[in-house]
Amino acid sequence: MSAQKVLSVIDVSSAYGDFVLLEHITFTIKRGDIFIIMGGSGCGKSTMLRHLIGLKRPYKGRVLYGDKDFWAGDEEDRQQIMRRAGVLYQSGALWSSMTLTENVALPLQRYTDLRPAAINELVEFKLSLVGLDGFGDFYPAELSGGMRKRAALARAIALDPEFLFFDEPSAGLDPVSSRRLDELILELRDSLGATVIIVTHELASIYSIATNAVFLDREAKTMLATGNPKTMVRESTNPVVRDFLTRGTGKPPEWMYE
Amino acid sequence: MVTLRLTGCWKSSCSIPELDHILQQIPDDTPALRITCDRSLVWDSILAVFLNRLLTYCRNKSIATNLSDLPSGVRTLLALAQKSSNRPPKATGRPGFVYRLGTLTINIFTQGKELVNFTGEIVLSLMLLVRGKTYFRFRDFFYFLQNCGADALPIVSLISILVGVILAFVGAVQLRMFGAQIYVANLVALSMVLEMGAMMSAVIMAGRTGASFAAQLGTMQVNEEIDALRTLGISPVSYLVLPRMLALICMMPLLCIYADLLGIAGGAIIGTGMLDFSFYEYIMQTKSAIHLDQISQGLIKSAVYGVLISFSGCYQGMNSGRSASAVGEATTSAVVLSIVLIVVSDAIMTVIFSL
Repeated sequence: MSAQKVLSVIDVSSAYGDFVLLEHITFTIKRGDIFIIMGGSGCGKSTMLRHLIGLKRPYKGRVLYGDKDFWAGDEEDRQQIMRRAGVLYQSGALWSSMTLTENVALPLQRYTDLRPAAINELVEFKLSLVGLDGFGDFYPAELSGGMRKRAALARAIALDPEFLFFDEPSAGLDPVSSRRLDELILELRDSLGATVIIVTHELASIYSIATNAVFLDREAKTMLATGNPKTMVRESTNPVVRDFLTRGTGKPPEWMYE
Repeated sequence: MVTLRLTGCWKSSCSIPELDHILQQIPDDTPALRITCDRSLVWDSILAVFLNRLLTYCRNKSIATNLSDLPSGVRTLLALAQKSSNRPPKATGRPGFVYRLGTLTINIFTQGKELVNFTGEIVLSLMLLVRGKTYFRFRDFFYFLQNCGADALPIVSLISILVGVILAFVGAVQLRMFGAQIYVANLVALSMVLEMGAMMSAVIMAGRTGASFAAQLGTMQVNEEIDALRTLGISPVSYLVLPRMLALICMMPLLCIYADLLGIAGGAIIGTGMLDFSFYEYIMQTKSAIHLDQISQGLIKSAVYGVLISFSGCYQGMNSGRSASAVGEATTSAVVLSIVLIVVSDAIMTVIFSL
């Protein structure tokens, strides 16, 4: 169980028109991993995520969920796979014309046969998991940024997903909320048994929760390193990776050893 | 001590037992409830929801619970769910009639105040513009001239020709009964010049340009672009609203003349094609039917419509809320408001001109 590969990316290249962004990206994610896709701004982290969640077809290469080729099938097959995944978008992407309850309920209405009463109860429970019980009647515009993010997390875990994708989860959050969100991600992973894939450049999160990671670079147009970031920072000889992981100081920050 | 043993499938795809049914089997004087499971248990959040309700019930009845035999995932979920509980005060239920009436009245007053404020701001920035003391983007102005003028020609052409054709057609059927077919030319020319040219181009521009103004400014409001201008000390009204308004006010009379002309051409198609007048005859009749003051009436109307359309588009956009649905509402009300204002002002101006 521990070493089961659930998601592999094999020799993927991505391009916008003629502009090649990334080439020869290969990594595998194991069940229960907290896998971080990191790199500087504009290196293609978010594009990589879009390849994984079916929003953008890679220019070349394969994405395997288990042993199913994600991009070989048609839209329907991809939807079948994405039903097992939850995505937390960078700014939440809650539907602004719907209350939190309606937001969280939509995936359940779409994919389960539960009765409305049961859906309501489940929604209220999911909201209480992220600390937002009682906020069901609020519209996204009435919430603070951090609350919006947690509400979006409640929507992402509505279907008890096997895969949880996060795009910059701590962007726009204060350090404390950001750490709480990290803890929440860990707790949810443990209880739901999900595999978590995070796109971020937040070093604090990278060191505290990652079990595995890939480092993408804009100049090299490819990946420079994979592995646990704590090992990476000590063992990588690549100056770009070292600079990134030590914020340009050359020394790993002390708090990462907590 | 009562023991509740969970087995089998506890997923949202399986049917799970009713909680009330289980609660009935727990005697009231039970001191403790122990929940266990066996290896056949498969679960998802539905189980956690079920247990959460059961635990709440037990807490209210002060029955101690023991969950230590459950899978650790379930226990973590339950702990998370129990941890938070600071309910915010959200007024529920429908407020009374007096309350709603009061809120409505206050809203009407604040809206009226905002409207006056906005108008005042426009007038002030216009005065600053005349004295050359404001930041005005001529590039934007020329872009909007193109956008509300030349880019609108195809749709205005289509609609005006068809309106001319329709007028001529309806008129021809009636006038033929009196043998006065030649007056079709008068009918088409006068109604295009006095009313339809200005009116139709205004309705098109309300739907086309007024709506796009509201959507642009509303989206800028959502992205905090308008706040960014304010903090730079640039008045959003003179920077964003004035170029749009001035461009539309300049272009509306031109579009109106164009619509008049094409409407008359549409009438001529019916006049020469169906009623057997020569083209020359039709044009001479048209020329004798309309005078310059009638044409200028139409032009004045269309300039006024230009003010009203761009005003309601910009006003709704600038006062839009900060969400996708709010921008949609702003766009809708911009179009509705401009069409209402167009018709009302048309009635007023027609009365004034005929005095």
